[in-house]
Amino acid sequence: MNRNIYIYILVMAGITYLIRLLPLTLIRKEIKNTYIRSFLYYVPYVTLSVMTFPAILGATANPWSASVGFAVALLLAYMRKSLIIVSLLSCASVFLVELVTGL
Amino acid sequence: MNQRHLFAAGIRDGIPICLGYIAVSFTFGIMSKNAGISVWEAVLISASNLTSAGQFAGLSLITSAASYWEMAVTQLVINLRYCLMSCALSQKLDTRFPFFHRFFVAYGVTDEIFGVSVGTTGKLSPFYTYGVISVAAPGWVLGTFLGIVSGSILPARVISALSVALYGMFIAIIIPPARDDHILRYLVIISMFLSLIFTVMPVLSRISSGFRIIILTLLVAGGAAWLFPVSEEVPDVSTEHGQQ
Repeated sequence: MNRNIYIYILVMAGITYLIRLLPLTLIRKEIKNTYIRSFLYYVPYVTLSVMTFPAILGATANPWSASVGFAVALLLAYMRKSLIIVSLLSCASVFLVELVTGL
Repeated sequence: MNQRHLFAAGIRDGIPICLGYIAVSFTFGIMSKNAGISVWEAVLISASNLTSAGQFAGLSLITSAASYWEMAVTQLVINLRYCLMSCALSQKLDTRFPFFHRFFVAYGVTDEIFGVSVGTTGKLSPFYTYGVISVAAPGWVLGTFLGIVSGSILPARVISALSVALYGMFIAIIIPPARDDHILRYLVIISMFLSLIFTVMPVLSRISSGFRIIILTLLVAGGAAWLFPVSEEVPDVSTEHGQQ
């Protein structure tokens, strides 16, 4: 059976948008509950940590360049460098490592 | 800061996201081409979905002529993490702005745009997020386009290097506050450690990355909230660690 790609796209985009929209529109008031507030406070740190590691090690052409990129990002972030500096120098270090080692 | 400055700050923080997006969506473009999807359709998918894992999964479902229901459930499961992020953003958004802004901010709830938005100082102005979206979303669409029209415009080395841009950004968001606060420090270490365990352990590794994020977030953030409730004197989640 031949399905319509536009309906697929509509379903994909519709579901994805609703997941993003509903909490933003349904939770309008400030949450008073300490437990939920604390939970939401911790959420970004956990999600971003989980998304970063170990996924970063497999992101580049090989784990070695990725490890260097990871280390550079950690060091620069610890030194409180801005987001764009951390990100770009991390990319640059990966590029250099792969260029030098020829991997 | 007025809204123009916040928009500009968003644009600046959106640049690394844009670069990372080009690298990732480039691959999506190449895969779309292999799946026999037209340039216009691929670009439409990227512009309307603005998500990585969901689009890759969607592509394989389209290729295998899956049912629309299957598509809906898959998207729901893969993108459920955005629900948690939107919950966090609902508390972070400055309530002084009109309600309709939430409909536009919702479009931009991706891992990365959420990350920088939630990492700003004080309450979140929708204009900051708009600034980020205005650079990041075109990068996502442009990468898709480039990937599908030619798989060889960007050298492999550049793609490889750009692939860490998004992770570098995440690190720049979580490390500075973790340096100052020992609870956050342990939280980051424990989260990364458990994520590693979930990636390498035989049975756990079969859990998709989307669900891994949801499970670990509920587990770790839930545990931390129970053990270390944030006191009422800290009304805002991130007063001391905005982007510079």
